[in-house]
Amino acid sequence: MGTNVVNALAGVSTRIDHGEFVAVMGPSGSGKTTFMNLLGCLDRPTSGKYLFEGHDVTTFDHAELARLRNQKIGFVFQQFNLLQRVTALENVALPLAYGKLPRGERHKRAEAALTEVGLGTRMDHRPVQLSGGQQQRVAIARAIVGSPSLILADEPTGALDTRTGIEIMAILQNLNRRGITIVVVTHEHDIAEYANRVMMFRDGRMIRDEKGVGRRADEELRKLQQPQAGQPQLVAVGSH
Amino acid sequence: MTPTDLFFSALQSLRANTLRSVLTALGIIIGVGAVITIVAIGAGAQANVEKVIEQIGSNMLTISPGASRDGGAAQGAASRPTLTGEDAEAMKTVAGVTAVAPEVRGQIQVILGNQNWRTNVVGITEDYFTVRGWKLDKGRNFEDWEIDSGEKIVILGSTVAEKVFPGSDPIGQIIRLDRVPFTVVGVTASKGQSSFGQNQDDIVFTPLKAAQQRLLGGRLIKPDAVQQIAVLGRNAKELDVIERDLAELLRDRHAIVPGRADDFMIRNTAEIFAARAGATEVMTLLLTAIASVSLLVGGIGIMNIMLVSVTERTREIGVRMAIGASRTDVMMQFLIEALALSMIGGIIGITVGVICSQLTAHFANWPLRIEMSSILLAVGFSAAVGIFFGYYPARKAARLDPIEALRYA
Repeated sequence: MGTNVVNALAGVSTRIDHGEFVAVMGPSGSGKTTFMNLLGCLDRPTSGKYLFEGHDVTTFDHAELARLRNQKIGFVFQQFNLLQRVTALENVALPLAYGKLPRGERHKRAEAALTEVGLGTRMDHRPVQLSGGQQQRVAIARAIVGSPSLILADEPTGALDTRTGIEIMAILQNLNRRGITIVVVTHEHDIAEYANRVMMFRDGRMIRDEKGVGRRADEELRKLQQPQAGQPQLVAVGSH
Repeated sequence: MTPTDLFFSALQSLRANTLRSVLTALGIIIGVGAVITIVAIGAGAQANVEKVIEQIGSNMLTISPGASRDGGAAQGAASRPTLTGEDAEAMKTVAGVTAVAPEVRGQIQVILGNQNWRTNVVGITEDYFTVRGWKLDKGRNFEDWEIDSGEKIVILGSTVAEKVFPGSDPIGQIIRLDRVPFTVVGVTASKGQSSFGQNQDDIVFTPLKAAQQRLLGGRLIKPDAVQQIAVLGRNAKELDVIERDLAELLRDRHAIVPGRADDFMIRNTAEIFAARAGATEVMTLLLTAIASVSLLVGGIGIMNIMLVSVTERTREIGVRMAIGASRTDVMMQFLIEALALSMIGGIIGITVGVICSQLTAHFANWPLRIEMSSILLAVGFSAAVGIFFGYYPARKAARLDPIEALRYA
C-alpha cells in the first residue's frame, strides 16, 4: 500500500484443487510469501482475481475476509504463535470463539482436535510447559478445529528438529488424506518432498509447478523407530 | 466473541501484567475515591449547617448596636452602646414576637477558695435559654423578679462547674465573680463546641442587671447597655414584617430622623448560615472539579498503557486476525480491556471513597452522607473514561494489517 508500487507477484495463474498437498518453495523475495498471504485471504490482489471455492475474494470486505479465514482456512506458523497466557485447550478453542460458538461446544471440539494431533493428555498445559513439537501440534489443532478446507503452513518445521519435523509432516499428511487441502511454504527440499505438488517461485513469478515426490512421513517415522531395539536412541535420530 | 468471552479474556490479559494494571488503575482509584470523599464531606458539612439552623431556629433575628461615626470614619459594629435593656423590653410589644433575649458579655474571674478560673460572663433574661437553645442540667432558671432586681445569682456552664467544683454539687454554693459573691442556682447541660470550634460551656450566666451593674459596670459606657438582642418570631414567614417593625420601633425610640442611618443592625441568623452553606457548596464543587482532573489524568494513564499493550501484542493481534478475528473483534477486545481497567479502578475507588468518607464523618463528628448519585456518577465517569481513552488504542489495534502484524518481531 506504499507509494512505490512493487509487484511482489505478477503473472501467476494457477489452480489448486481440493485434497492437494502443495509445497511452495523459493528464496526470500521470490513472492512466495505474498502468494501465501493471498491464498490465506490476509491480503487482496491489487489486480487480478482470486477465486476461493468459487467466490471472488477480491470483492470481499474486511469482515467477510475474517469470516472466510475463520471458517475455511487454518494457519500454522513457524513460531507456533500461541497465546502464552492461556492453556492449550483455550488456544485451540479461540477460532471457535470468533465463530461465535457456545462455550461448551467449543471445548468439546477443541478436545477432539487436540486428541487428533496426539495431545489429548496435555490440554491444560500452557505453551511454556510444552516442547516445540507439542506447541506446533497445538497450533495444528487450532488450525483444524474449525473444520477448514485449506490449511496454510508457513515453514511449519522451521523451528523444530528433523525428527519432530517429520512428525509434524506426518500429521499434515494425515489431515490431507482426510481431504483437507494443504499448502506448505518451505525452503527445505526434504520437507517439500512430502508434497504431491511443488511450486517454485523466483522474482515474483512461478518458475516451476511440478508433481512432488510424495514421500510418506509416517513410514519414515516407523523406519526411524526400528533400530531403536538394539541401539541408543541418540544414534537413531538422524541429523541434517 | 461474546461479551462474556471478551470480559474474561480482558481479565486474563490484565492479570498477566498485574502490577502494571494496578498502577494504571491507581489514577482512577484516586480520582473516584477523591470525588466520592469530597462530595460526601460537602454533603456532611451541608447537613451539619442544616442541623445548626434547626438548632438556632429559622425564625430568629439578632439586633446589635450600629457603628458609630467619628468624623466620617465608621468605628465598627457595636462601637456605640445604642441598645439598652429597655429597648429589649419595648420589643416584646411588637406583633409576632414571642421572645426577646438581650445580653451583655464580658470576661471575669471565678473564684472559690483556691480555685480560680477566668471565663465569660453573660448577663441574660429569663427568655435567653429558650431563644439560644440552652438546657439546664441541674438547678433552675432565673425568675422574673430576680432579673428585675438584679439578684446576685449565677448559672454555671458545665466546663466552669467541673473546673471550680470538681466532684461536688455547686448548687447553693457561693462563689465570687471578680470580687462580688454570687450564689449558684443552676448548671447548664453541655452544648459542646460551637460551629467555630469554641468551647461553648466555658461560660457563666447572671441576671442582666447584675452583670450590667455589678460585674461589667465600669466597662459599659451606658449603665443599661446591652450588646445583642435576640428576638424570636412566631414563624419564619412573618420575619420580614417583624424586622421592619423592630427597625421602626428602634428608630422611634432612638429618635432617628428620617434620612439618617440606623444606629443598630438587624440580622437574620438563618440567612447567615444559609450563606455559609452556600459557600460550602461552592467549595465542594471546586474540590470535586479538582478531583475530577485526577480522573482525567488516570484516563490518560490508561490510554498510555493501552497503546503500549497494543504495540507489545502486535503479533498476537496478527494471529487473532489470521484465525478469524474481525476488526470489530479486535477493537472490542482492547476497548473492553480499557473498560475493565477503568471499571475495576472505579469499584476500588468507590470502596476507598466510602471508607475515607466514613473516617472523615467519624472524626469531624458529622452526619455521614454518601449520595447514591455520586457513586453512580463515579461509575459512569470511570466507564466513560475507559471508553474514551481506550478508543484510540483499540482502533489502532483494529486497523493493523494482519500481514505486517504477523511479521512483527
